[in-house]
Amino acid sequence: MAHDTTATEHVVAHPIDGQGGNTHGQQHPLGIYFAIWALLFVLSTFSYLVDYFHFVGFTRWALILLFMWLKAGLIVAVFMHMRWERLALMCAILIPPLLLAVLVGLMSIEANYTYWTRVIFFGLLGGQPSHG
Amino acid sequence: MTDQAAQEPWAQSQGLQSLVDDWSADQETFKRVHWGKAMMWIFLLSDTFIFSCFLTSYMTVRSSTTMPWPNPSEVFALTIAGQHIPLILIAIMTFILISSSGTMALAVNYGYRHDRRTTALLMLATALFGVSFVSMQAFEWTKLILEGVRPWHNPWGAPQFGSCFFMITGFHGLHVSIGVIYLTTIAIKVFRGDFERKGNYEVVEIAGLYWHFVDLVWVFIFAFFYLW
Repeated sequence: MAHDTTATEHVVAHPIDGQGGNTHGQQHPLGIYFAIWALLFVLSTFSYLVDYFHFVGFTRWALILLFMWLKAGLIVAVFMHMRWERLALMCAILIPPLLLAVLVGLMSIEANYTYWTRVIFFGLLGGQPSHG
Repeated sequence: MTDQAAQEPWAQSQGLQSLVDDWSADQETFKRVHWGKAMMWIFLLSDTFIFSCFLTSYMTVRSSTTMPWPNPSEVFALTIAGQHIPLILIAIMTFILISSSGTMALAVNYGYRHDRRTTALLMLATALFGVSFVSMQAFEWTKLILEGVRPWHNPWGAPQFGSCFFMITGFHGLHVSIGVIYLTTIAIKVFRGDFERKGNYEVVEIAGLYWHFVDLVWVFIFAFFYLW
């Protein structure tokens, strides 16, 4: 019923109602796109400066992850209009990727095991090539 | 027209109640979402898992190797006008991709205004940004291959560096290239007025979703592969 209605239905500029009830055609003020665009430039510059000023260790990782998640969040929420979608679509798309945390967790345990196997049984600490 | 939402019972519910109502509707779940948009989101979800597998395997080989990992900051440095600048090419590529996302977001907006000319031009600008991104990637690949980087070997340390680099950036570059073709096709159709009869410009928004996703993936590649 929603898709095959009259032609004009698709072009109605729905106001931002905060709940994302009316999302048949995402129409928002241009200003928000320019603001996010500028913000993404600033955040990217910050990420680059993390490398440029040689931050190391925990500070480096924390800053990289912070800027990464902020940028990703802004792109998904505003550019991809997710914040104006209904909760049913948000959950269907945003919850499944959380499962990846399990994969990352398992693989980091595995990597740790492989690393120490190499160090202990092949004496590869310091790293001479083992292939050839 | 504006009262139509009020006549549809599902439009009343909000928050968690709307989630339950939509999923138990015995009808379409994604209310007022164009089927193409729902399908694009589901495709992007599956693509998320593909890129996540690449990045997770990169994490695994990087943290399990006993050899030193090449320093991306140095590997991707360029000397411009006598100045040695670390990671500069990647930074420029990042800004180009963000700009392309900006023009794409504007194109979606002008599409819903039925401004065919502006929409098509903005989409072509997006595609051009995409072409320049892929060109710089080709330059980067050429430079690294000439320096002796192979999927099984490189001059600076852990051999896994090459396989991760070619696999991850290659797959992303493929996405950008396909996106350029996709956007150009839609831009031509918009300019010809193909969507005018139905008055439906959601096609532009759907193409935009794909393009923003390509930018989104780059955010993660930039953080994990180039900065980490």
